[in-house]
Amino acid sequence: MTTLAVECTGLVHRFGETVAVDHLDLQIAAGEVFGLLGPNGAGKTTTIRVLNTLLPAQQGSVRIFGLDIRRRALDVRRHLGYVPQQLSIEAALTGRQNVTWFARLFDVPRAERAARVDDALDAMDLLSVADRRAGSYSGGMIRRLELAQALVNRPDLLVLDEPTVGLDPIARAGVWERVRQMQADHGMTVLLTTHYMEEADELCDTVALMHHGRLQAVGSPTELRAGIGPEATLEDVFRRYAGAGLEDHSAEGVRNVRRSRTTARKLG
Amino acid sequence: MSVAVERPRASWAEPVRLLAVRTAALSTVELQKLRSDHTELFTRMVQPVLWLLVFGQIFSRIRAIPTGDLPYLAYLTPGILAQSALFVAIFFGIQIIWERDAGILTKVMVTPTPRAAIIMAKRSRRACAGSPRSWSSCRWRCCSGSRSPSTRSNCSPPPSPRAQRRLLRLPVHGDRRHRPDPRPADGRRPAHDDAAVLRLQRPLPIEIMPTWLQVISQVNPLTYLVNALRGLLVGPREPVGRLRCARRAAVLGIIGAASVMGKLVR
Repeated sequence: MTTLAVECTGLVHRFGETVAVDHLDLQIAAGEVFGLLGPNGAGKTTTIRVLNTLLPAQQGSVRIFGLDIRRRALDVRRHLGYVPQQLSIEAALTGRQNVTWFARLFDVPRAERAARVDDALDAMDLLSVADRRAGSYSGGMIRRLELAQALVNRPDLLVLDEPTVGLDPIARAGVWERVRQMQADHGMTVLLTTHYMEEADELCDTVALMHHGRLQAVGSPTELRAGIGPEATLEDVFRRYAGAGLEDHSAEGVRNVRRSRTTARKLG
Repeated sequence: MSVAVERPRASWAEPVRLLAVRTAALSTVELQKLRSDHTELFTRMVQPVLWLLVFGQIFSRIRAIPTGDLPYLAYLTPGILAQSALFVAIFFGIQIIWERDAGILTKVMVTPTPRAAIIMAKRSRRACAGSPRSWSSCRWRCCSGSRSPSTRSNCSPPPSPRAQRRLLRLPVHGDRRHRPDPRPADGRRPAHDDAAVLRLQRPLPIEIMPTWLQVISQVNPLTYLVNALRGLLVGPREPVGRLRCARRAAVLGIIGAASVMGKLVR
């Protein structure tokens, strides 16, 4: 029996006349690393926002670990860890204070809170700088601190929205090494969006290509590559399914690009 | 196939516990942020003093606004405090937009945290950030020869009951001569008049204002807040009704702000 971490059926979300997510059917098995790929404006971020209860499911049903997000939004959030695309730490607080804050928001018992915070910081290799103000951290360290915040409650589902955007290759490798480690240690489900095909190829058990609010292809990276040709890369798969009609003039697209650039600028 | 892991529904007390616990957690962070930046406290402390120094001193000398037996600074201070509270509230409202753009608000809203707790935590920081203003305003008023609630014995004597009653009915703008005389033709004040004023804690003689301003004054919570502060600082000490009104406005504000938080992060 496969436990489903995410089960979406006929999900629709509209922004006025624009259909951002169009009758999406999506299933993510518990314990897998699932990559949601697609061009800007494909509906990835909207889908993620519906899954983590920030946006309502206007049509269709969404269940996270069997919990209906409409009726049990607060309980759904207890299962989630979330790292948004922007750099979302409190620069005025120390690394430890940032992580402790989220430990409290997730009801980590007081008796084990300090140990759990230290564990999360240690897992991200930040324990030695835990008492420094987060504003003095480098871009890679900030991303790792965000991961520590998201992991301190040991979530069942970790949602990462372009977590390595703007990072240099070494910092990116560092982030992924730690995500892999945490996933192996705790068996959590990871849902991520990324524009780096090699990242998805290397890390994801399953990849879904999204375009115009619909899933165009779902499978393991190996299966998807094999469907194109023996020498094909995941980028070729991307071009095949999402290459047509990449023009996107929606406000959401502009906002995403602006957000990515802001994040990249902050990361230096 | 999905495996249902639904837990039994929590009791009615659970949301209250969540609200209290999360407000405490978020307030701690807000206070830590405030503690890391002392300049914020300092600048907030200086601002109302400048108002009292510049406007207070000038207007108390030119006597354009009649305040009866009350020193002008005593009359002005509640208004300055309310204005400071409004400015701080506006600043923190803007700060929520910054936090949204930075993704912090989004991340907090994906935790099991009631929206109202986020607003209440902001309020607690606002209160802490605003307290130096209140302190500095009252100190300055006291040093300038007016009465302070905490130093009643050290400062000038409290105004007479008649002066206090006058204060409640004094106009904010304009000359008192323009105020309609409430006394009947025989010159005797109706017996119920003063009592009614005190009982209803009537804010200001708004009848001299233009109609549209009267309407705004009646529905503006700040009118009641200023009068509650005035009741606390210079008497008569019957601010319960006004404080209740200000409290109701705060509850409505929290409910309203919490209900639009979702839209804010979309």
